[in-house]
Amino acid sequence: MRIALQVNGQRHAVDVDPSRSLLEVLREELGLTGTHYGCGESQCGACTVHLGGRPVHACVTPVSDAAGRPVTTIEGLATGGRLHPVQRAFLDEEAFQCAYCTPGMIMAAAALLAENPRPTDAEIVRGMEGNVCRCGTHPRIVAAIRRAAGLSSDGGAAAKARASVTESRP
Amino acid sequence: MSGPRGEGELRVVMLPGEEESTTRRHFLKVVGGGLVVVLVAPRALAWPDAATEQAGAGGPGGDPRPAAGTPREIAAWLQIGPDGVATVYTGKVEFGQGIRTSLAQELAEELRVPLEAVCMVMGDTDLTPYDMGTFGSRSTPQMGTRLRKVGAAARRLLVRMAAERWSAEPGSLTAAAGRITDRASGRSVTYGELAGGEELTEIVEDDVELTPPARWSVAGRSVPRAGGADLVTGAHHYTSDVTRPGMLYGKVLRPASIGATLSGLDANAAEAMDGVVVARDGAFVGVAATDTRVAEHALASIRATWKSAAGPRPSSKTIYDFLRRTRAPSRGEREGRGNRDAFSRGDPGSALEKAAHRVERTFTVAYIAHTPLEPRAAVAEWSKGVDGPRLTVWTGTQRPFAVREELARAFEMPVPHVRVLVPDTGSGYGGKHTGECAVEAARLAKTAGRPVKLVWTREEEFRWAYFRPAGVIDVRAGADAEGTITAWTFDNYNSGPAAIRPMYDIAHQRVEFHPSESPLRQGSYRGLAATANHFAREMAVDELAREVGKDPLAFRLQNLSDPRLKAVFRAAAERFGWEREVPRDHGVGIAGGFEKGGYVATCAEVAADRDREGGRVRLVRAVNAFDCGAIVNPDLLRNQVEGGLIQGIGGALFEAIDFRDGVITNAHLADYRVPRFSDIPEIEIVLIDRKDQPSYGAGETPLMGIAPAVGAAIFEATGVRPSSLPMARGGLSGSS
Repeated sequence: MRIALQVNGQRHAVDVDPSRSLLEVLREELGLTGTHYGCGESQCGACTVHLGGRPVHACVTPVSDAAGRPVTTIEGLATGGRLHPVQRAFLDEEAFQCAYCTPGMIMAAAALLAENPRPTDAEIVRGMEGNVCRCGTHPRIVAAIRRAAGLSSDGGAAAKARASVTESRP
Repeated sequence: MSGPRGEGELRVVMLPGEEESTTRRHFLKVVGGGLVVVLVAPRALAWPDAATEQAGAGGPGGDPRPAAGTPREIAAWLQIGPDGVATVYTGKVEFGQGIRTSLAQELAEELRVPLEAVCMVMGDTDLTPYDMGTFGSRSTPQMGTRLRKVGAAARRLLVRMAAERWSAEPGSLTAAAGRITDRASGRSVTYGELAGGEELTEIVEDDVELTPPARWSVAGRSVPRAGGADLVTGAHHYTSDVTRPGMLYGKVLRPASIGATLSGLDANAAEAMDGVVVARDGAFVGVAATDTRVAEHALASIRATWKSAAGPRPSSKTIYDFLRRTRAPSRGEREGRGNRDAFSRGDPGSALEKAAHRVERTFTVAYIAHTPLEPRAAVAEWSKGVDGPRLTVWTGTQRPFAVREELARAFEMPVPHVRVLVPDTGSGYGGKHTGECAVEAARLAKTAGRPVKLVWTREEEFRWAYFRPAGVIDVRAGADAEGTITAWTFDNYNSGPAAIRPMYDIAHQRVEFHPSESPLRQGSYRGLAATANHFAREMAVDELAREVGKDPLAFRLQNLSDPRLKAVFRAAAERFGWEREVPRDHGVGIAGGFEKGGYVATCAEVAADRDREGGRVRLVRAVNAFDCGAIVNPDLLRNQVEGGLIQGIGGALFEAIDFRDGVITNAHLADYRVPRFSDIPEIEIVLIDRKDQPSYGAGETPLMGIAPAVGAAIFEATGVRPSSLPMARGGLSGSS
């Protein structure tokens, strides 16, 4: 079945089984591999993309649902060669280790801030609960979202995970 | 990843010991002629502590030593191009720990070049020297030291070349920012200009003087992660993102249960499908197709019958009795050398009898899954060589050279005819030592005659990868009336021997690791058994402190003599506010230890809600203090120390693999709970920078304090003493 897709502002016509997942079509048909497979069961958020401006887990979204609606993936988040503020903040806070979860985290965070530009820490935690970081960079991710929102990193419980370095000699 | 550069460049090779001519031949074959400096190092430096390496490699994958014929005497090599770029070749791999950045800092420091002038080529078996693997917290102490030496040797050589060019005294020249300058005349030359057009091979001894950490300017600082922009834009290609022309997508038929054998197969429907290839090789059955959906349909159409493994098998409910019952002789005992993982001193039996205070506890730890967010993945491609087929595999493994050998064995081909490349990978935590996915992809590609990508599903990861071993630990401890620990016995069944010996000063002790029969596939995991052994040890010490009537921190300090260990305990306690009051229903705990060159102490505060059925605990706050010597990159270290603690929360509180009749029964992320944002407490990290001490790794030891610190805090909050990991899976368990 031919399906008309609009991904990152570009139109594509793909001839695929309409029940195939959006994730698979993005990766295998359109070569957009920045959206990652993590579980295939809507449990980890590694495949988060925006569909019609809302975050969805592409692994459980049939490609037919995307017909005629704008899709934004991590590859399309930066505009005019400038990183999206959430991407910039993830870099500045170095809010990743292996970074396999990072595209999904950034897409989820960008959607969260579009909906709620000045979230509390509790709202950030609630909004990001569906995204798994296995390396344990959660406090940095919360700090990055606060930074992207223009909020200071002081006061937030999770964002307090800053370190002190003591130089010590016997 | 850039390939070797062209002719006429400076090359420095660090060559530990023997077989120098073989090495040089291999080296020249790979990178061509030019200026080659061979640095000869003692063998001991090149392969430190074989036992550590062995332990680090762990279970699956077998002997980590290289196969005969693999050039293993080169530790790393370095080229300087006419453009002044220093290209480092190392067999280590980047899995998120940040060594692409920190190793480059160490090299740049000694070579005296800006960090931007360093290019790291990692984990490519055709280009990089043999490496046993990226595990055991070895990258910083081992590879970091080698790269510093290579950098220093190259700098010394460049200074000498400039001195010859100018007929100047080497002592009057300085090397900085990729340039040699003659202080007296002010003339200068870049490294690129010096290296260009040279054709020279030189051997130098391993007596290179290194810059002390106190004088570091490029190392010792936080710098942005290499390639960070590609990570936040989706531009980085993990193995699962690699595509090749004409590539097919693979799926593999899995048994109905662990150990089941195939008794019947009908793949006619799959074979009849358009664009589908069915591959069979002994017990292996798989399909490759033009896309994943078609491959899934083809796999689903295969009718297979399975014969279950014989005999009754333990479940996750009966595993601990089973492990104790199936205790087997250790390898040392089988070979008549005694249990190498046993240690004793004094007379712990009679010391226990005489002790004024005694504690006797049994602890258990569950099998847990690494759950790297990028599952096992491989892209395999066959090509023709003049003397037989060639195989190239991209795969996310911590041991590229071992996987190359695994592939060569599987396809009965010479090791050099196989090339393994490891793109920077979506984590591993000790779970990606093996090459099963690479072999499967290569089988499919061989039958299909086209490149094949195979990415395991999350469910396959849970069912067919290997686990951190489950274990049972018996501890008996005694102290005198003044609070000195006098007696200690510690028996670990199956979990492993890492960090099994107590760091406390105990006159009478016996510790022993007993291997058992594991019904599940088990292997390496970040920290190996150090997490389990620290949990049991520190929980027992906490209980003993309370029996004696001493504060758990004071009790530890009284029984420790290592000043660095005492320092991390004090640092954690100070940041945490160990003495401060906490709300009713809250509890605090402290624990720590030493492993792989790192010292850790962790404080935790939990809130308990005993009104709810089974009791609930919430981790409120944690402090991790860590000392691994001179810090190479403070922000990368902080990320590791924080991430390790957070990963440790999962194993401490709720991660466990359930199984019955050879089937994993919670093989989905919905059923296997990993730490999520709402599980993360307020965390503070204290790093102690010991510029007078060698730098060690931080990938493992920072995990080890959190479980016992939380366990002690749970006891204080609830009166329930946890004795099993995980401690709070759907309610508290333990003894009051």
